[in-house]
Amino acid sequence: MKLADDEKAMLDGAMGKAKQKAMDLLLRYGEALGAERLVNVTNVASTFNAGSPALKPYAEQGMDAVFSKFNLDSDEVVETPQVEVYTCQLIHGIDTQNAHVTGVAEEAVNRQKTAERFFGERGVAMFNTCTPYQVGNVPVKGEHCAWMESSAVVYCNSVLGARTNTEGRESTGAASITGKIPYWGYHIPEKRIGTHHVDVEIDVDGMMDWGLLGYYVGEIVEEDIPVLDGIRKVPSMIKLKHFGAAAASSGGVEMYHIPGITPEADTVEKAFGSKKPRERFKYGKAERKIAYDNLNSSAKNTAVDFVMLGCPHNTVEQVWTVARLLDGKKLSPNTELWVFTPRALRDAAELAGYGDMIRKAGGHLMSDTCPAIGRIMPKGTNVIATDSAKQSHYLPAMLKTETWFGSVEDCVNAALTGQWRGELS
Amino acid sequence: MSTLVLKGRKVVGGVSEGEALVTRDTISGWGGIDSNTGTIIERRHELVGQSFKDKVLVFPGAKGSSGWSHFFHLARVAGAAPKAMLFNIMTAKVALGAVVTRVPAMTDFDQNPLDAIETGDWVRVDADRGIVEVTKKAGMKPATAAE
Repeated sequence: MKLADDEKAMLDGAMGKAKQKAMDLLLRYGEALGAERLVNVTNVASTFNAGSPALKPYAEQGMDAVFSKFNLDSDEVVETPQVEVYTCQLIHGIDTQNAHVTGVAEEAVNRQKTAERFFGERGVAMFNTCTPYQVGNVPVKGEHCAWMESSAVVYCNSVLGARTNTEGRESTGAASITGKIPYWGYHIPEKRIGTHHVDVEIDVDGMMDWGLLGYYVGEIVEEDIPVLDGIRKVPSMIKLKHFGAAAASSGGVEMYHIPGITPEADTVEKAFGSKKPRERFKYGKAERKIAYDNLNSSAKNTAVDFVMLGCPHNTVEQVWTVARLLDGKKLSPNTELWVFTPRALRDAAELAGYGDMIRKAGGHLMSDTCPAIGRIMPKGTNVIATDSAKQSHYLPAMLKTETWFGSVEDCVNAALTGQWRGELS
Repeated sequence: MSTLVLKGRKVVGGVSEGEALVTRDTISGWGGIDSNTGTIIERRHELVGQSFKDKVLVFPGAKGSSGWSHFFHLARVAGAAPKAMLFNIMTAKVALGAVVTRVPAMTDFDQNPLDAIETGDWVRVDADRGIVEVTKKAGMKPATAAE
């Protein structure tokens, strides 16, 4: 790799030990990719958490040990400097305001709070969400970023037109203190054109339908770039958030185009850079059913113990929808309900009384984490219902539960009656 | 004993050898593996329940969450890393994952490793020289050791 002068200086140690370690990692990583150089980034989304059990032995040595080992891949413990570019904390494992609900131990909560202060003082914005774009971190079209979180990455590339690969903890750690990442993949304009032409033959409207479309398309295109042809209604941010999260779970989709809607393709032709698509397939009624059946393949028992809403984290509007569906009603005594939103939006939802409405019905409004990331669920849960294709994909493997997938209405009904009655209409 | 040689590009340098574990399914890190044991946990994955610990892992590439590298990093810390990683499709996830797993890794092969290598074959990876030597299991391993 060719290094610029400032990059050489960092590698030589002229700008401190941490930046030297960071540059060493970026060099190893860039060479692994086959990149020729680094690029300057101005926006980093990463994770600096220390709450998870695997990190406990390192956190006990101090936050510098956590940062060195897991954010820089450095065996030597170095002092953590201030971040060099705008950096935020993504979702992590612990809702420190709801440990009594999730059953997380106080010492883990304290470890997380220590990490938040430590890295906050070094310039990390503590958004604590998988959806930084919902709380004001909205990169500009063309902006080079280094983001983790697959559902945020696909949103950043596709909907915002900013540029990032799906980075990891170590590469974003290095990027946060150097402002550098390998110039590879989605940073390069030619690598952003479509590969697969998807003929969408049915109307795709509700949030569940966008989740199903994403889950089906992701499984087929894997890490390639689908172009959705035939979308007639402009989808809201909520629907695109769900589409991307689903496609990044069943596959590795980091970028897609919806001609006329997403910013880098006015037309189908432009979406493919005037080249021929590599493959073409259709999405109709039968394909929608395949996705639905796959997402529900882990579940048999209709007695639902736990309903989880808000993956990716809900907007205030989505929290309001749930609150209204619950208004004046009570959850089944056999069922728990957790609703997740970014911490900043939780404050907004509380201000508006939605938190009270949810709690009055017997549910909880939560933030900072989710069942899959925190590996948390109410004690004794065997059967989960969720409106998230992503959670439905991961939870059966991670928490060994049966998981139903359906609309938010199906899920709230399950929470109220204790029974799953969702079906594909 | 039949052997064959694949040539490819170094992703992470070094030399190691072990028994192959081959899959045609892409692998998720976070939510796809148990870092403590190296076991694949994804429900509809063809290797579900099998561990890559101390195996030469031959796979198409990475999918899923950006926790890929962190979970392979944790597998190394837990002593459950593979001996080497051979894959076809380069992504940021798999590149960083291989770097922090710190085992020899290669890609861009002159023939498809998913066709050339079978589970149970003995595989020697010399990433520095860009060479993979495969000894087919029929000639090398007792029949009972196959899959």
